[in-house]
Amino acid sequence: MKPPLLEITDLSVAYQTDTGPVMALRGANLVARAGEVIGIVGESGCGKSTLAAAVMNLLPATAKVTGGAVRFLGQDILTLAPQAQRALRGTAMAMIFQDPMTAFNPVLTIGDHLVDFQHQSRAPYRAKLARARDQLALVGLSDPDVILRRYPHQLSGGMRQRVAIAAALLMNPQVLVADEPTTALDVTTEAQILHLLRNLRQTYQGTIVVISHHLGVVAELCDRVYVMYAGQVVEQAMVDDLFHAARHPYTRALLACDPASFPNLTPVLPTIPGRLPDLRDPPKGCSFAPRCALRSARCTVAPPWAQVSPSHGVLCHEVGA
Amino acid sequence: MPWPTSPRALKALLADPMGAMGLVLVSLFVIMALAAPILAPYDPLALNVRAKLQGLSWAHWLGTDQLGRDTLSRLIFGARTALSISVTATGIAGAIGLLLGLIAGYGPRWLDAVLVLVLDSVNALPMMMLALAIITVIGPGTFTLILVVVLVSIPSYARLIRAQTLSLRRAEFILAERAIGASTPRILLRHLLPNVLGPLVIVLSMDIPVVIMLEAGLSYLNLGVKPPMPSWGNVLYDGYTSIRTSPTLVIAAGAPLVLATLGFTFLGEGLRDALDPRLASTRPR
Amino acid sequence: MSLLDVQDLAVSLPLSLGLSGAFKPKTARRLEIFSDISFAVAAGETLGLVGESGSGKTTLARALLGLTPTQAGRITFDGRLRATQADFAQMRRTSAMMFQDAVASLSPRMTVGALLAEPLIIHGQAPRDLAAKVADMLHLVGLTADFAARYPHELSGGQARRVGVARALALNPKLVIADEPTAGLDVSVQGEILNLMRDLKTRLGLSYLIISHNLAMIRHVSDRIAVMYLGRLVEIGPTRAVFAQPLHPYAQSLIAAEPLPDPRKRRADLAISGEIPSLLHRPKGCVFQSRCPQAQALCRSDAPVLRALGPNRLVRCHFADPARLQED
Repeated sequence: MKPPLLEITDLSVAYQTDTGPVMALRGANLVARAGEVIGIVGESGCGKSTLAAAVMNLLPATAKVTGGAVRFLGQDILTLAPQAQRALRGTAMAMIFQDPMTAFNPVLTIGDHLVDFQHQSRAPYRAKLARARDQLALVGLSDPDVILRRYPHQLSGGMRQRVAIAAALLMNPQVLVADEPTTALDVTTEAQILHLLRNLRQTYQGTIVVISHHLGVVAELCDRVYVMYAGQVVEQAMVDDLFHAARHPYTRALLACDPASFPNLTPVLPTIPGRLPDLRDPPKGCSFAPRCALRSARCTVAPPWAQVSPSHGVLCHEVGA
Repeated sequence: MPWPTSPRALKALLADPMGAMGLVLVSLFVIMALAAPILAPYDPLALNVRAKLQGLSWAHWLGTDQLGRDTLSRLIFGARTALSISVTATGIAGAIGLLLGLIAGYGPRWLDAVLVLVLDSVNALPMMMLALAIITVIGPGTFTLILVVVLVSIPSYARLIRAQTLSLRRAEFILAERAIGASTPRILLRHLLPNVLGPLVIVLSMDIPVVIMLEAGLSYLNLGVKPPMPSWGNVLYDGYTSIRTSPTLVIAAGAPLVLATLGFTFLGEGLRDALDPRLASTRPR
Repeated sequence: MSLLDVQDLAVSLPLSLGLSGAFKPKTARRLEIFSDISFAVAAGETLGLVGESGSGKTTLARALLGLTPTQAGRITFDGRLRATQADFAQMRRTSAMMFQDAVASLSPRMTVGALLAEPLIIHGQAPRDLAAKVADMLHLVGLTADFAARYPHELSGGQARRVGVARALALNPKLVIADEPTAGLDVSVQGEILNLMRDLKTRLGLSYLIISHNLAMIRHVSDRIAVMYLGRLVEIGPTRAVFAQPLHPYAQSLIAAEPLPDPRKRRADLAISGEIPSLLHRPKGCVFQSRCPQAQALCRSDAPVLRALGPNRLVRCHFADPARLQED
């Protein structure tokens, strides 16, 4: 069996705030192998963006890793020297952001950006420019030579996201993290970017980690999905199992809430009663228990991780065992 | 409904050490200015030639000048001059600038174009020449000083407010206010004003020491407050003429100038943070 | 009798902005945001307006309340023609708007209590016990009375939405125009807000015009939907019928493009290619011809009109086939 490209074990991250540390991640585990598309899905505040930032070693200064490890090909990248971390980013790992506009410098052309992103390569300028042009063609931009001379603001949102994908793939990274890659886009543009990402899979050898709050995006793109709630992974399953045989009560409730998931019109949309727990003082037992329909006396104790099948795990007392 | 709770803003101001220090310093100067007749041990204008150019003593804490006037008393009354001129001048300029800025930023575009043209024209005049010209025409004095400061500072205040207003006039909450039928004066006074006031307050409080300095400088050059009247600039001038015999005079006159400048600057910084509920909030989201 | 009736409405903006614009003649070039917009909202009905960014839907919402000047067309609300600012001022007593960014649409330096009291004060309807009235308004949208002391930035997205709903309902309106009422909300909270809006609709007899790009959401809340593309309404009809059988090629593409939360229904092909053109380069003829898979010579030369195809269905397409409806 191949060693995992990316392995996150028991990762805990806390943000320092005026009112005390906020436990954004509490013992998160994740494994991603080459050729896989991993989905991380959850609502705001579940820790999915913190997880992405930890993978890229881009946590803000207020965040502190309080435990666990992020291993890339077996090496813990959190303990690497800053210079070695920088060397990994861009070459071994790359990221696509929600709003690609913020990832580009407004006074540089697309060509400047794409050549500059290859600064770790020793190839001559013309070779870098040629590579940039090839990448633009690869992501479906029909006129790469024109695009190279454009400034970021001269492109539409969909084109910018295509350029961002081209930029991320420039150095052939083994891990590609896409944080809400289509959230800022219109429906028809979103469909095109999803189509593009799916087509890229056929040539791309690494792993793609897609972070999204949109269940439809995850269903369209991913092979395997992690569901997060209140800083923990509460369920992990193959995509088909997740959407058709979800076990965790939170996953089931989340799926039920999505208006796109039921074809018939309903007078009342399902919701999840209650609120997210305060992550300054996370509950001792199951985080979801206060909002859970299945809760029992056992749920005051932290639930164990239970494998319901070799590829399907769940963090719950009631459905796990 | 109450104005956005000032006790809370005060609390936030006091919680910030710089802001609190600024408030203390400024309060001291205000008290000094208001209670000058009570605080000052001597009449600031009383001559006592026999006691001229004395050093520090129990009778004259900060010594006397070459005419035997008590320096401490002159400084205390000088605070009155400095504060009244600077607060009046910046206050008037700020009020006019605020009004012009709001009109230019929220009013019809042709009016904005006219106002910007006028403000730019005033700004294009060389400031020093303008000041000297006015002083030459109507003579030096308190009124002249205030007039010069007001004329020179209106354009920058108006531009500041105009820029703030322009960026806010398209804000969604202004549109929301229009949608519920709020009148233009209501939008200007209750929704735009509180949001543009913060930057103006800090600029004004940071400009007050500049005006105090200007007053001192012009008075030092005998172009400001006329001599017998106590002013920090006059005291400084008197001290400078006798700096060899009595150096304490210059230091004593310079100290309040520095402290007042620091006080107003700290207060301005503190106010900016305290006046913004988004920055001052202690309640977690 | 429709509560709101819009005929041939058009909005365009002057192209030259800035100081130089102030001195140019009014006939200078204008950018057409939308035109030829006609639709109606019946009393007690929810009309969903769907479109992507750049379609003009937000400007349309503003124009309906007189917040953006119109260049052509007529708006009739509650049996009266609305043309002058005085008309719209009167209209705002019985119609309200919910804005896309709930937090940004609340004046940042006012408390929630002051914000809720404001419409009542402006329209001279403030009761003697204003605090009690504010508490009632908060209660109506499921918030406790202590929210009155909070500032907008202290609210969560869902709470800010609720305040927006309470504010919109302050004057007992007949019509609420909601621009992306659930933008930025998590799905579990989105349901809460939509259920609240639906509940208040039946209790207070409201009509809604809900504007959104979120097809899945709008499908559940609307009685009828109108699809907008690049400043034109391209299809209007009962929600169920339009989703079952969209007749306009754009409506078809839009519905097909929505990612479904079911990996067994993945799309192999692409629903639609290209991107919505800029308003500066609106295609000649039909606005959709540059992306339409069925475009023909006629589409590039002649703009189609909105025509009736079957019961209550209007489509702006030369080639939309009513025969498809009869199979139903």
